[in-house]
Amino acid sequence: MAIVRVTGLDFRYRDMWALRDISFEAQRGEFLGVIGPNGSGKTTLMKVIDGILVPEKGGVIIKGHAISCMKRKDIARLVAVVPQDSAMVFSFKALEIVMMGRAPHLGMLRFEGKSDLRIAHSAMEMTDTASLAARNMETLSGGERQRVLIARALAQDPEVVLLDEPTAFLDIRHQADFFGLMKRLNRERDLTVLAVTHDINLAAAYCDRIVLLKEGRIHALGTPGEVITEANIRNVYETDVLVDANPLNGLPRITLLTANLSGQGSRSKADAAPQL
Amino acid sequence: MEKSVVTPLKIVRVSTILAILFLLVGGVSVLTGTAGISVSRVMRGILARWHEGYLALDPSEETILFSIRLPRVIFAGIVGAALSTAGVVFQGILRNPLADPYILGVSGGSAVGAIIGILIGAGAIPFGIPALAFLGAVMTVSLVFAIGHRDGGLDSNILLLAGVIVNAFFSALIMFFIATSSSADLHTITFWLMGDMGMADGGKIVIMGLLLAAGAGIVYCYARPLNLIVAGEETALHLGVDVKRTKVILFFAGSLITAAAVSFAGMIGFVGLVIPHMMRMVLGTDHRLLLPASFLFGASFMVIADTVARVVLAGMELPVGVITALCGAPYFVYLLRTRRM
Repeated sequence: MAIVRVTGLDFRYRDMWALRDISFEAQRGEFLGVIGPNGSGKTTLMKVIDGILVPEKGGVIIKGHAISCMKRKDIARLVAVVPQDSAMVFSFKALEIVMMGRAPHLGMLRFEGKSDLRIAHSAMEMTDTASLAARNMETLSGGERQRVLIARALAQDPEVVLLDEPTAFLDIRHQADFFGLMKRLNRERDLTVLAVTHDINLAAAYCDRIVLLKEGRIHALGTPGEVITEANIRNVYETDVLVDANPLNGLPRITLLTANLSGQGSRSKADAAPQL
Repeated sequence: MEKSVVTPLKIVRVSTILAILFLLVGGVSVLTGTAGISVSRVMRGILARWHEGYLALDPSEETILFSIRLPRVIFAGIVGAALSTAGVVFQGILRNPLADPYILGVSGGSAVGAIIGILIGAGAIPFGIPALAFLGAVMTVSLVFAIGHRDGGLDSNILLLAGVIVNAFFSALIMFFIATSSSADLHTITFWLMGDMGMADGGKIVIMGLLLAAGAGIVYCYARPLNLIVAGEETALHLGVDVKRTKVILFFAGSLITAAAVSFAGMIGFVGLVIPHMMRMVLGTDHRLLLPASFLFGASFMVIADTVARVVLAGMELPVGVITALCGAPYFVYLLRTRRM
């Protein structure tokens, strides 16, 4: 069953088109990656799916509801967003941040009850942040903060989670941890995940299918093996890459071939050749 | 784990403690002044109303206590509560720790209204000057809103810039009036600009109290959405807050509270900037606790400042704004150095 259905989406900022004729579906429990160069419309697409931006044409239907007809609060019960980590002016404690995830489920003046606290607590257990509950967000490391933000998204009890380049400020270990955790939650809780990322290798490793955007249009859509090809990447990113199979799992893996690294590039090509 | 979040019980507990503090501070303030009236004298005087054998307060003492000092304490409390609440609101919706109730130009517009009132002799009419000051504030708020709104929402940066520009414009107008007015008016204008509690009376207390109750009530209903907005406007959207509407409502509620305070008490600086920070450092950022705590502590702080302003120099009264900054700034620096880093 398609939980997210995007049909014929056109969006423009003033006189500049950012999305043209975008259509795709995400199945329940799917981990869908969105990749593409800077300015190809990835973030815009996420904002349109979440109803923050209103498209010129076309629409987004999530679990049978048209996003354009929903109140923010109702959207927030279906869709959670894990944003990029950003500095806060006034600091909250980690538990306060996670409890904010309960806001869409509460009436205006209602306080969070025991059940909300329980949900927040289990979200923090799942993301290994329970021990950070009483800490101020500004005293946490980037990786810890990002996990707290995932816990908040889980506390929202959503059907769909949108990730907008959530690992941009994380080192490689935390990037892998982050995607590993999202993948586990995706499996265990049947969460549908839509992830925007610049890291094509991570996308290949964790996504069931990938949308490759070019200048606001879908250039390719399919499994990592179908989308991540040398021709597609060269076409969209205007950069030469080597695509080979990851020896561990057979998934496509890209290596950048830039002019000044061509010596190393060709060596790795030679190394890689026997595996292909 | 539960300790890390704000619960209704915690709000009630903190509010009760701060309310008791306010009563104590108010009591001490009523008993403090150049005309020394001791606690036991007042006790006996009050008892004399119901029991024979105690010496009643004489009329002059009664006037000083109940017609001069008590209204003044209540009035100072209301003004302090108003400025602190408005400070929390503006720091929140602008997500700017430097914001205070005056940052969007309300005070400037109000001052111009008041000065025009002083110059045309509106002081002769009851509520003449506060009414003109309030009118000036309302016009300024509308102007800043007209400049700062975009697609039905308020852009914090544009709003801040609009406030700076409007304030600069009104400062120029104020200087023009000061430069051209007679020395008799000058003293009144100066005192108004620095903040004056001396004109407290029942009528002002009732009107100011009602305006504050209305504004603070609205603000309190939006305490949780304000938390989410402070965490980030986009975050608030993701968590189901109608950010545009909430910011507009809070902008007008905060402006109403500020306009009321400035119109009746003049420009008292520092309280609206510092009390929210003090409370945030001690109690955290959750506005469901921060708002009532700032309201109550702001009231106590203002009463203390006004009491000091009354008695510190024998034979004269200082503008209360002098004291708020003189006591507030060092304490704030102390908190900043010891709590945050």
